[in-house]
Amino acid sequence: MKSLEELQKIKERALQRRKLAGEGARARIIVAMGTTGIAVGARDTMTAILRELEKRGIGDVVVTQTGSAGMSTYEPVVQVQVGEGELVTYGNIDASRVPTLIEKHILGGEVVADWLVR
Amino acid sequence: MAYRANILINRDAAGAEAVYKAFLEALQDVALRDEVQVWMTSSVSTSAQGVEAIVYPDSVRYVNLTPEDAVRITEEHLLKGRPVLALTQAEPKVTPLPPPAPKEVRVVLRNVGKINPFDIEDYIAEDGYAALAKVLTTMTPEQVLDVMKTSGLRGRGGAGFPTHLKWTFARNSPTHPKYIICNGDEGDPGAFMNRSVLEGDPHAVIEGMIIAAYVIGAEQGYFYVRAEYPIAIRTLRVALQQAREYGFLGKNIFGSGFDFDLEIRMGAGAFVCGEETALMRSIEGQRGMPSTRPPFPAVAGLWQRPTNINNVETYANVPQILLKGGAWFASMGTEKSKGTKTFAIAGKVKRTGLIEVPLGVTLREIVYDIGGGILNDKKFKAVQTGGPMGGCIPTKYLDMPIDYESLASVGSIMGSGGFVVMDEDTCMVDIARFFMDFAQEESCGKCVPCRVGTRRMLDILNNICAGRGKPGDIEMLQTLGRSTSNGALCGLGKGAPNPVLSTIEHFRAEYEAHIYEKKCPAKVCRALIEYKVDPDLCIGCTRCARNCPVNAIAGKPKEKHVIDPNVCIRCGICKQVCPVNAISIY
Repeated sequence: MKSLEELQKIKERALQRRKLAGEGARARIIVAMGTTGIAVGARDTMTAILRELEKRGIGDVVVTQTGSAGMSTYEPVVQVQVGEGELVTYGNIDASRVPTLIEKHILGGEVVADWLVR
Repeated sequence: MAYRANILINRDAAGAEAVYKAFLEALQDVALRDEVQVWMTSSVSTSAQGVEAIVYPDSVRYVNLTPEDAVRITEEHLLKGRPVLALTQAEPKVTPLPPPAPKEVRVVLRNVGKINPFDIEDYIAEDGYAALAKVLTTMTPEQVLDVMKTSGLRGRGGAGFPTHLKWTFARNSPTHPKYIICNGDEGDPGAFMNRSVLEGDPHAVIEGMIIAAYVIGAEQGYFYVRAEYPIAIRTLRVALQQAREYGFLGKNIFGSGFDFDLEIRMGAGAFVCGEETALMRSIEGQRGMPSTRPPFPAVAGLWQRPTNINNVETYANVPQILLKGGAWFASMGTEKSKGTKTFAIAGKVKRTGLIEVPLGVTLREIVYDIGGGILNDKKFKAVQTGGPMGGCIPTKYLDMPIDYESLASVGSIMGSGGFVVMDEDTCMVDIARFFMDFAQEESCGKCVPCRVGTRRMLDILNNICAGRGKPGDIEMLQTLGRSTSNGALCGLGKGAPNPVLSTIEHFRAEYEAHIYEKKCPAKVCRALIEYKVDPDLCIGCTRCARNCPVNAIAGKPKEKHVIDPNVCIRCGICKQVCPVNAISIY
């Protein structure tokens, strides 16, 4: 890192990458994978998400991870964004809830209201 | 004359009058004044949504009306016979997701749960390393210290020493080389604030450390993280590697001529290694035991060189302060304690987890507004702040604003931010015994007051809980507590008596009940309680007798059962399995 300009360029690149359209993706799924999340099954949730997407042949969904933000009662926490829509936070998403979540929210574009973190 | 339609408007809504007049005028304009009658009525529906109108005989209900809508309804619905569907329902309610909790302000945790910790560019997208760039390209170390001074940031490890002073001392030490240490040895039971930051936003801590290194003139830094945090360590390793690749660590950072690098050292699980002098011995490869201060680390720390040691949370605050200014940070908090603080809420609250609030919020706001209140709607009894060295704060201080001084004034400490909530079913003597057990176990044994004091206090507490308490025990605990606190070498021994002393001060009656009446008011201490079957309720189903692990319950089917207190081990299984709640604790 040599200069401010270099940093600025990386920042712009990173912001650009965040836009789903830039990646050619239809949706984004973020799994909270801190110790608290993993302790109650975030790894299984992550695996289930990847498997479900593969099974349905969905290749244009970005799946990433993040830290656990503190909502311990709601772990595993999964955030979903479809298109340039709102980033929605779901709580208690164990592996068994993944197929429904993907079917309803990613494919159907419908927020699963019962699972939202409130 | 019969009207062909009637419009009913609710008069109690604001603006109803204007809508009423607009209807009359619009009807006049389309020459329907004689065919349609307009009424002002009381509410037309149970869930009032602004000015509402119902058009009969079609029974179409319009909501949130403005005078313009009245014109539109008149022209479309009444003249052309097409109900204006767009106005018939409230706008589809878009409820944006609430922030984690309304009273929270996230500075340290701003990126946690938001960015990908394994991608440095995701951090850069959130203005990451912009503070470092600003510092290295435009500011002198003195200017940085000025900003830190204005911010009023105090050490988040618990002691609350002003950060800018610590940095100044290390900077003014003449010896070289100098070192930077990040204390990530978060050992308090139930506390995981630092872990979340290290796992969720490692670069914020790294950036803060680089800035501190620039200020004091250090070229080498260490992360001291406990080995019980494998995910934090893995995240940190990746983060350090990426920071090196991008040139935030290494030689000539931002072309300023400043060199700095960081290494990770893992703690082996000793609680006392969170104490700064013990921590430095541990990094050196020696046994982790505290040493007397002075000399302070700023003068002779790691390898007897000037060292600045701060907590994870302290460093994580630094980049934000330098980006947004000291005044911004100082605008949050109380007079002497600025900014925000993370707390790990555990215990008997509905929503446990991690929160970040501006200092100065009250305990009540944390317990009830953020924590959601006590589990099963029981009664609040006390909150224990600051980990095992903190005190228990009773109900009467619920409305006390939290800062370093106020917590100290009621016999507790800020600590690193543990926050254990207790309800009416918690025995305060048992809690004091639990924490003393922890402190005694973790005492390194170097100094006599801590080694012997904690042991003796634990013995007395064990006796009291076992029903062997005797007159004078309370006074002995107080004497021992004070001398341990005064005589101990480090914070562990100085703080260990806090839970005992504060529970004696605020809950003395419970100690007295244990000692003199041999009763545990909260019905927790096994030696002081007795399970009994209520003969009026018992239906003789034998379930308790069949489940009792020690066969302490006698009784035939359809007959009243009896528990033999001399055999009973007070495990509570009978109470759990009884279908008619006939078993109670006395």
